[in-house]
This record gives sequence, C-alpha cells and structure tokens, in this order.
Amino acid sequence: MKTHTLSVLVENQAGVLARVSSLFSRRGYNIEALSVGPTQNSEISRITISVNVEGHALDQVIQQLDKLVNVIDIIELPASTSHQVELILVRVAVANGASDQKKIDAVLEKHGAHVVESTATSLTIQQTAKPAEIEALISELTPFGIMELTQSGVVAMGRTITS
Amino acid sequence: MAEEMTGAQSLIRSLENAGVDVMFGIPGGAILPAYDPIYDSKIRHILVRHEQGAGHAATGYAQATGRVGTCIATSGPGATNLVTPIADAQMDSVPMVAITGQVPSSAIGTDAFQEADIRGITMPITKHNYLVTRAVDIPRAIAEAYHIAASGRPGTVLVDVAKDALQEKVNYEWPKNIDLPGYRDHSQPVPQSIRDAAALIAQSVRPVLYVGGGVIKANAHKELRALAELVGAPVVTTLMARGAFPDSHQLHVGMPGMHGSVAAVTSLQKADLLITLGARFDDRVTGKLSTFAPGAKVIHADIDPAEIGKNRHADVPVIGDVRLTMAQLLPAVKAEFAKSQPDLTPWWKQVEGWRTTYPVGYDVPSDGSLSPQYVIERLGKISDPDTIYTAGVGQHQMWASQFINYEKPRTWLNSGGLGTMGYAVPAAMGAKVGAPDTTVWAIDGDGCFQMTNQELVTCAINNIPIKVALINNESLGMVRQWQTLFYNQRYSNTDLHSKRVPDFAKLADAMGCIGLRCERPEDVDKTIEAAMAITDQPVVVDFNVFRDAMVWPMVAAGTSNDDIMIARELAPDWDSQEL
Repeated sequence: MKTHTLSVLVENQAGVLARVSSLFSRRGYNIEALSVGPTQNSEISRITISVNVEGHALDQVIQQLDKLVNVIDIIELPASTSHQVELILVRVAVANGASDQKKIDAVLEKHGAHVVESTATSLTIQQTAKPAEIEALISELTPFGIMELTQSGVVAMGRTITS
Repeated sequence: MAEEMTGAQSLIRSLENAGVDVMFGIPGGAILPAYDPIYDSKIRHILVRHEQGAGHAATGYAQATGRVGTCIATSGPGATNLVTPIADAQMDSVPMVAITGQVPSSAIGTDAFQEADIRGITMPITKHNYLVTRAVDIPRAIAEAYHIAASGRPGTVLVDVAKDALQEKVNYEWPKNIDLPGYRDHSQPVPQSIRDAAALIAQSVRPVLYVGGGVIKANAHKELRALAELVGAPVVTTLMARGAFPDSHQLHVGMPGMHGSVAAVTSLQKADLLITLGARFDDRVTGKLSTFAPGAKVIHADIDPAEIGKNRHADVPVIGDVRLTMAQLLPAVKAEFAKSQPDLTPWWKQVEGWRTTYPVGYDVPSDGSLSPQYVIERLGKISDPDTIYTAGVGQHQMWASQFINYEKPRTWLNSGGLGTMGYAVPAAMGAKVGAPDTTVWAIDGDGCFQMTNQELVTCAINNIPIKVALINNESLGMVRQWQTLFYNQRYSNTDLHSKRVPDFAKLADAMGCIGLRCERPEDVDKTIEAAMAITDQPVVVDFNVFRDAMVWPMVAAGTSNDDIMIARELAPDWDSQEL
C-alpha cells in the first residue's frame, strides 16, 4: 500500500489534536506519522498526517476528517507535486576510531547531513530530507551501530510550480 | 446593549435565546450556580431521577417535535450518566444539546472531587463538544451548539462549563452571527447529481425506494410520498423511518433488515436500483454486506458526505438535504418519464407475490396464554393514528415496529443505532412533554423497564401522563431467542423471573401511577381501553405474555438476506415462486 500525505488545516484550539487522533483510532485508520505545528496564521494550525490507505478507504478518512467542526480544510499532497521533508537526529557509534569516522563522513557528505555533536565514541547527526532519502541515510548508518534515533513525521507543502 | 450578569445567568439567558422551552436534568455541585437562574427562567426544567433519563427524555422530545432537545447535569457522575443517551442520540442523528457543569478551571486535571473529562469522554460520541472555562465564551458556545445540533445531519453537542466560568461576572452579549469556518453546509444537491439520479430511475425496471430516518429528520414525508407515487416503486421504511411513509399505502412493502418483511428484504435483494433516501446501509439492514442487493445500482441521497460509499458503493451520490433532493428529483424524473417510462408491472407482480405469500404474522400460543404480538397489534388498532409510540430494545421493539401501522412521521421513536435498553420510558416522558395533547405509549419489555422505570416518578410528579405497555415475558427475550436458535436452548442468565418479582402493578402504584395487569387474550381490549380512559396519571399495564414467542422473519446476524427465515428452520419456498 502507498502512503498518502494529508495536509489538514485546523482551528488552533485546545483538544483539536485529540479529536483528530480519536477519530483515527475510533474508525480503525492507522496513522503512520503525524506532525503538528503553527502556520502563518496564528488562529490556524496544520496537521500533516501520513496514512497507509488506498482509494475508497482514503476517501473515507478524508470525509470523516472533514466532518470535524474544527477541521477547516484537507488537502492531499502527492509526493510528485509537493515538498515533503522529514527531520532526524541519529546517534551513531564510532567503534573503530578513525576508520569508522572516515566512512561515516563519506556517508554524511553523500547525503548532505551534518554532525551536531561529536565525542570519542559517538557522532550525533542531523538531517532534513525527503522521506526516501532519510530512509537511505538510516540504512547506510545502520552498520556502524545506531545508538539512538528520533524522527519527525513528514511536513509538506504543495509546490508553487507543478510541471 | 451589554448587560452585566454572572456566567450562570448568561448560560440560562443563552439557552432562552437559543429557543429552549424545556430541559431535563439534575443539579449538583459544579452546575449549581446555573440552577439559581433556572429558578427564575421561563424555561421549564424537569427534575428527573437519573441523568440517563434526562438524556433519553431530551431525545424523545427532539424526536417527537423536531426541535433540539436539552439535558443538563453536573460534573463527574452526572456527566458520565449522560454518556449512554449522548451516544444513543448521536447514533440516531437526533438533535440534542447536553449541558454539564465542570469543576473550577483551576482544579481541572487535578482529579478533583466529581471531576471527569467529559469532553474527552464524549469526543467520539458527539457531533461536536466544548469545554468553556471563561464566562465570556458561554453565549457563543451555546449559539454554536444549537446551530450544530440542528443543522446538516443532526447530532449531539455537549457543552461542559467550568464552575468558575458560571460564577464570574460578564457583560452578556448574544452573538449576532455564527462563524464556523470548518463547518460546511451540504444541503443543496448538485444539479448534475439530480439529473443523473433521474436518468437512472427512468431506466430501472426493478426499483425500490430504500427510506431511512433522514427523511423524518428532514421533514420530507410529503416529498417522499410524491416521489414514490411518481416512480411507482415499492417503498421500504427502515426501523428509523417507520412512519415516514404510510404503512397503509399500497406502495409500502414493509421494513427491511434482520426482522424485516420477506417482501421488503427480498425486493431489495432483487432490485436493479436502490433509491436510497437518508439511509446508511446499516448492517442490520444489509445483512452480509457482500451479498446485499447484488444486482442493484445505487442512488444514495444523504446530507452527510461521509455516508456516501461508507458501506456500499454509490453509483449516483446525491449529497444534500433529502427534502430538497426529492423536491428537485420530482420535475427531473417527470421530464425523464415524459421521454420514456419503464413498465414496472412484472416487478410488482413479483413483489406482490412475496407480499401476499409471506405477510408478517405470528402463531397464537396453543396453551391459551397471551401472545405478545397480539397485545401490540390490538394496541395499535385501538389507538388513534396520532398516537406516539416509544420502545425499548429487543423483541417487543421489533413487534412494535412490525404490528403497529405507522401512518405519520414522528409517531415511532426508538433506539435504532445504539440499541439502548431502557430508552422507552424516559423517551416517552420527553415525547409527552413535547406533545402534551398526544397519547404517548411506551411499549417496553420487562428487562428494559427495570433499567429506567424510575422516571415514572418524574412523570407522576410533573403531570406527564404517559402510558406503558409492559410486554412481560419474564426474560431478556431477544437474547433468549438467540439462545434458543444458536446456543442449544442453554438459557444462560436471561431468566428475569419478573412475573414473580417485582409486582409491576404495585411498583407502578408505589410510583404514583396506575398499575393494571392483563393475563388473558379476552381481557386485552378492555385493559387497553381502561388504560386509555386514564388521562391524568401515568399508567403501567403489565401484560403477562407467552415467553417463548419469537420474532420472525429473521436474517441471522452475519448471514445473507437471501437466507431469510420465516419461522424456525423454515425458509420461504422460493421454488414455487417465479422469481
């Protein structure tokens, strides 16, 4: 199944996130990732939801979300016509000293990720990128030993120019 | 011009401005400030005996009148006692507003005395809800609550008000307009959808009008009758739609679903087109969904876009108020029929065959005991067609739907979606308050009655003379029926012994009502007439009925409507019919 990204504009009020997550749990829809944050308008927040549903079920998710009084608008953002970004912080072990350090540096350079903290035994790396690139980075760092990982949900925005 | 008052006064003023004329409730600590201005208000407050009764009464009032029902309770247990009627009303799209007191805002989240997060608890069972912690926000919350409850697909709205917001001083201002950017009006159908629906109707040779509760909510019974007579198709009315179309009308073929008539169930199964009007393809109607109406195209008219395609794909969705939809369909269908009108004669020949061969009926018990169906049938015959009936949930509910002829909308009130036992008595109380000049009969079972009968005290004290026909089979009859059919007659915990204890006539008497008892078929009419003659007090008639009576026809849960049984181990004889 394909992941769909929904950009949901909601009134910035207490309890709105609970309404959205309660709806997903009640109707049995699975949320893959979710991120909430402010928009340019202080009265409106944006919830970006990644869901793993198709066709008819996706339509139901959108229609049921739309029934929530605090939900102002819902836009589906296909990957091809939107900017989609995830953020990770990952701490990698540096077990074999300089030789590992060099290999990790190569990976980081390839992905354009950067180090935010460096110790004798670990590197803490930060990256913002498309979900697929984040996934690739993680898989390349895995052999070194991932000590800790934290990852945001997708934030997305439609493109101004779509070809 | 702003007027200074307390939040509590502003709450009651807001309710008055919202058009509330009656509310059902019980005071308590957190809501207490609001009860002081209630003392002076023109709103009639009826003090119930349990908050569940307040909720179902508000529902009964709303169902009978079409207006928004209102109930009010305190925080914590007062609020949680409203949970069942809130879920019940929301499931049946009943416009209701529940007002609850909440602990002071500074105490919220501290597990304070009588604190419950009722907004959180009711999120999945309301159309919308509010937690108000500032007096200044009260009028807007109330105005929005009544607007949301009544408009679009009606539903339940809860407004939880913190005690300090009720005590705070504020300048009262009723909002001039309602601004809900995320709340959309879907009442106007798209013209193209009307044209598409009319075109499908003009091509159909086996159409059925599948009518749901939305038609009653939309006050669309006149438009329904006009559309049905224009199309000339068989009409089925769901449990929530009984009375939307006259039962006596030639086009009416009964109720569909688990205990529907063979004609209604089978005409849906064999139809080539379902003209679905304010119905939602509930599992109790469709049976096993994948086998429901396999050859039918579907027109689905509903005001809730999320209902379209939820359970069954709609070939032509018509999103809109079903009254406007039908009003616009009428000329569109006429125009199509002017070009060509299908001949429904062969279809009616089939439907008529099912209707005459398999009418809904019952066996009279051979031991001379009282048949529950006979009691209900006689009640319907003796009462005038304006009579409002409420029912609990179970066998008596199905018989009340099957054996009473409903001729008018809002005369049959029951808990269809949630299936709430105990609905009948408090709902009848609310209906009687809303329609004081109409006879209101609660048809209840002995199981249901023992859940909520305390509201008869409320009725006796507040001069709300409802009548209760207690169909006493001394058991949880529907569950017992399933045990008979599916659990080898192992009657685990369904025997209530209620012909022995309690003595319902004495219980009624103790609650300030008249208690009557009837045990023999020959006494049924005169007992009903005796109950009808009492108009100044609630009456309870304990009908001691045959306990093994069963509800037929039946489509067993999870099976196909094609496997409908007309009696135990007896399916219709399809082979002898030309199908």
